[in-house]
Amino acid sequence: MKIGRPGRRDDGVKDTLSQPVVEARGLNLVFQTADGPVQALKDVDLTVGKGDFVSFIGPSGCGKTTLLRCIAALEHPTGGTLTVNGMTPDEARRKRAYGYVFQAAGLYPWRTIAGNIRLPLEIMGFDRAEQEARVERVLELVELKGFGRKFPWQLSGGMQQRASIARALAFDADILLMDEPFGALDEIVRDRLNEEVLKLWARTGKTIGFVTHSIPEAVYLSTKIVVMSPRPGRITDVIDSPLPRERPLDIRDSREFIEISHRVREGLRAGHSDD
Amino acid sequence: MRRAAPVLVVLLGLIALWYAASVWMNATWVYDQAARAGESPTLMEVIPQTMAQERPLLPPPHQVASRLWEGLAGQAITSKRSLVYHGFVTFRGTMAGFALGIVLGVGLAMAIVRFRVMDMSVMPWAIISQTVPIVAIAPMILVVSNQLGIQGREVPKAIIASYLSFFPVLVSMVKGLRAPDQMQLDLLKTWGASEGQTFRKLRLPASMPYFFASLKVAVAAALVGTIVGELPTGAVEGLGARMLLGSQYGEPLITWAALFASAILAGILILAVGLVERLANRRMGVRA
Repeated sequence: MKIGRPGRRDDGVKDTLSQPVVEARGLNLVFQTADGPVQALKDVDLTVGKGDFVSFIGPSGCGKTTLLRCIAALEHPTGGTLTVNGMTPDEARRKRAYGYVFQAAGLYPWRTIAGNIRLPLEIMGFDRAEQEARVERVLELVELKGFGRKFPWQLSGGMQQRASIARALAFDADILLMDEPFGALDEIVRDRLNEEVLKLWARTGKTIGFVTHSIPEAVYLSTKIVVMSPRPGRITDVIDSPLPRERPLDIRDSREFIEISHRVREGLRAGHSDD
Repeated sequence: MRRAAPVLVVLLGLIALWYAASVWMNATWVYDQAARAGESPTLMEVIPQTMAQERPLLPPPHQVASRLWEGLAGQAITSKRSLVYHGFVTFRGTMAGFALGIVLGVGLAMAIVRFRVMDMSVMPWAIISQTVPIVAIAPMILVVSNQLGIQGREVPKAIIASYLSFFPVLVSMVKGLRAPDQMQLDLLKTWGASEGQTFRKLRLPASMPYFFASLKVAVAAALVGTIVGELPTGAVEGLGARMLLGSQYGEPLITWAALFASAILAGILILAVGLVERLANRRMGVRA
């Protein structure tokens, strides 16, 4: 298998990089807890371009989920600036910029798969016909065609998670935020879903933020790997992946892949030696 | 059949115990009669006489059963002696109290979940309300509603029944409406859902299992409340009035028949609620 030259991307993405999708400058977030203030994020600088696949990796407590939640306007930073598509995260949310996928599929047990995917569409006020069309389209996109009338408990964990991805895709958000979406699944299912996410990313051209604590997962998926460390949560390294966008599973045996994995591991270790 | 066997064994045991207790309690009267006549009967002579007394202390099962049957099927259902007639009066009161209790319980639960101040102010009073004995409050409600010019007993009975039945609905619904976890609420937030949408699409459906579980308790409580509402003097209709009548006129068979009629009514009501729950579950995709 021939691997493309590092850093080369011939798909015109560079042109649209002029306006970053996510831009954080000196971001700080301090939680006030019963045990006193906790610095969840410290001086975070980050730029995410359109169409990037960004992974956030680090041990628990490093603030990777918190950073993702800040981007989605689920948490509000206490210092610094954060813009999404040039707007505040709250404004971006009102413009339906985000699809969010949690570790648990979080499907409503009382709704069918199609009913679950329809939920955000109902809330956003799409008309009936449009809802049906979109549900059909995203079901196909995540390879769940024909499962629309099933209830969540009738599906395996991997299929449920695919349904929750379909739900996040249904309303054409251009940013897909995924918080350890495959953390609860076994490795074989995980590999398969990782491949599918890459395919999805290639087909839809979305910007993806992906939280994980698996080094191979981060390296396999990302164009940009953000390595974070805890106490206080901060970024220790940002790696622009030289891997091509087209990534078969066996790319994981290539020299580049191993080199990047090594650098990620070094970054994680450096963060840990601090405490 | 295998599931019915243990139930039947327990039932037979209870009936045997009941017969033994009847013999023991009713024998006193037989011995008294015999002593007055200067006789001393053997136990074997006493037992048959404990089984068919006019006014037994504890009527044996077959006497209660025959009186119950007579009350249910022995007369026109419009007759004032028909237990079907009195059962229907009680049923009507129960349904009114049940409905009122649901409205009250769900309404208060919604307010408590939505407003912190309601949680702090209403919830303690709801709990205190249940520590006051209903038999003490029932006559007061009757007097007050009479004073307000409300004719008949239907309204005060419904209020008394709802006083008992709103509480289980309230407690369950507060828990049910708070059942959705943070992740599900966050998800709705990322979609920009309004508070009303969060309630309709998530909180309300998530509370349904809690709601139906509470209905079974609430319907039984409404029945008890209705019967208590029929007890205070002056009531002429309903199973509660029959029970009081029996004890006032020294006719224990009337009381016992009414007691069992209300047990049958309670069974029917709980079965009906269970059926509604099953239908709702099927619609909501609960695993069969």
